[in-house]
Amino acid sequence: MNNIEEIRRIIGQHKRWDLIFVIAGIFALMIAVLTFMALFAHMLIDGMPRLSWEFFTSFPSRRPESAGILSAWVGTTLVMLVTALSAVPLGIGSGIYLEEYAPKNLVTEIIEINVTNLAGVPSIIYGLLALGLFVYQLGFGQSILAAGLALALLILPVVIVATREAIRSIPVAIREGAYALGATKWQTVFDHLLPYSSAGILTGVIIGLARAIGETAPIITIGALTFIAFLPPSPVKSEFPFVSFEWLTAPFTVMPIQMFNWVSRPEEAFQLNAAAAGLVLVVMTLAMNGLAIYLRYRMRKNIKW
Amino acid sequence: MMQIDQEAVSEQIQYKSEVKNLNFFYGNFNALKNINMVLHDKKITALIGPSGCGKSTFLRCFNRMHDLYPGNRYQGEIMLHPDNVNILAQNVDPIEVRMRISMVFQKPNPFPKSIYENVAYGLRVRGIKQRAILDESVELALRNSALWDEVKDRQHDLAFNLSGGQQQRLCIARALATDPEILLFDEPTSALDPIATASIEELITDLKNKVTILIVTHNMQQAARVSDYTAYMYLGELIEFNVTDTIFIKPKNKQTEDYITGRFG
Repeated sequence: MNNIEEIRRIIGQHKRWDLIFVIAGIFALMIAVLTFMALFAHMLIDGMPRLSWEFFTSFPSRRPESAGILSAWVGTTLVMLVTALSAVPLGIGSGIYLEEYAPKNLVTEIIEINVTNLAGVPSIIYGLLALGLFVYQLGFGQSILAAGLALALLILPVVIVATREAIRSIPVAIREGAYALGATKWQTVFDHLLPYSSAGILTGVIIGLARAIGETAPIITIGALTFIAFLPPSPVKSEFPFVSFEWLTAPFTVMPIQMFNWVSRPEEAFQLNAAAAGLVLVVMTLAMNGLAIYLRYRMRKNIKW
Repeated sequence: MMQIDQEAVSEQIQYKSEVKNLNFFYGNFNALKNINMVLHDKKITALIGPSGCGKSTFLRCFNRMHDLYPGNRYQGEIMLHPDNVNILAQNVDPIEVRMRISMVFQKPNPFPKSIYENVAYGLRVRGIKQRAILDESVELALRNSALWDEVKDRQHDLAFNLSGGQQQRLCIARALATDPEILLFDEPTSALDPIATASIEELITDLKNKVTILIVTHNMQQAARVSDYTAYMYLGELIEFNVTDTIFIKPKNKQTEDYITGRFG
């Protein structure tokens, strides 16, 4: 009997640590959550009144009340388009090659380590690289193309790693099942590995794009303009051949640079504009993350492992 | 002279495959040691032995599965008849071998696709696109694997919605759809309940007339129930190979007897 009392006492003592940790954990979590909520709320209060249809359809202006983010969101959209179109095939291709085709030797191992390390390189370094390579060497100038490619380089490691992780999570039995039926490597990749890993790959791509959309340093480095009162040439033309790629070489600005420009103005009214633009940017990022979660859920519904 | 030749030929035809001095290495580890054995045409041969004895390793030599991983090496021959080709030869493409010899795995491993697409995949790999041929082959394979009546109205449902036993029969249908010469089973019932196991065993017995079967099993009763020939393996060596009844009633080797009577293993 004495014994059972002793055991209960010890259990009680040990459980106290659970309680202490729960309190510490909630406290730590609240620091992160409340800080973000405070920032967001502040931005919401400042920026919300400025959000109107005109804000999205106006160019930046000397007068804060008529300034808008038209050139910024169009620029961001086009840069993201270039980024996605170049990073997705390059990243998925590299990921598949490294995971399925590359021979397991020292060279491959060095490449693998470096790909992972690339994800940690400061973004301004990518900006410098892009400035030297794309802007001057290849002569793309301070254009949407150069910016899109710079950001593509930036998110490439994320896409490669996501692709590899997604492919690696497919059970060996599925892969062997395909090979056992006489499938070649390419048939196995194209018919099985890629479709079954598409949810993971897509999530990686979107997370990468969500990071790229807020990047400022590399874009400033390659020389994006901070005040642009015109749009790039339209990609759709009314006469043959109906599409045009002139917009690729056009000067541009993006959302974070527009914000940066407004924040650095002394007038109070421009600060409100910056908050409103920030709000739009945060909503864009959250929407992308939401899309990633939704797609992951949708595409994984039929896959059980 | 003529008679002898004919005898030799008919002798050969009985064998679907002959294993000659087979050695297999995982890196430096000699996992299969000098195995000599035959597979009788349209018969069921069972491989038994304790865990780690090399049964599955041996089975996976027949469809060159080991080629998927680096550092594996074969020595010796597995001759496939009637065309008398050594399927382990360097110049024989493993994909060609896998197109002739199908495999059913330990755990049901249907693709996350529809029932129909699972069965049709082997045919699609072979470049068959005509709907009519695919439909016909899928139906035949599902009938041969005793699944047709259960799934004929929901062929486009996901394969994951089937029960474990049904999934395994689906995998058998998938392997059968391409009309293989040999069907390999790697402990096909080890992940299934007794009722599903019984139905798979019944199915394997029924398939005997259509295809040569090699089955790895942990379960000695299963080997006794379904197989015509049994091979007992231990530590990478083939200890005894004979007609199943002989192995189970009058084994020649003491080790085999110990294993079968449960004194060991």
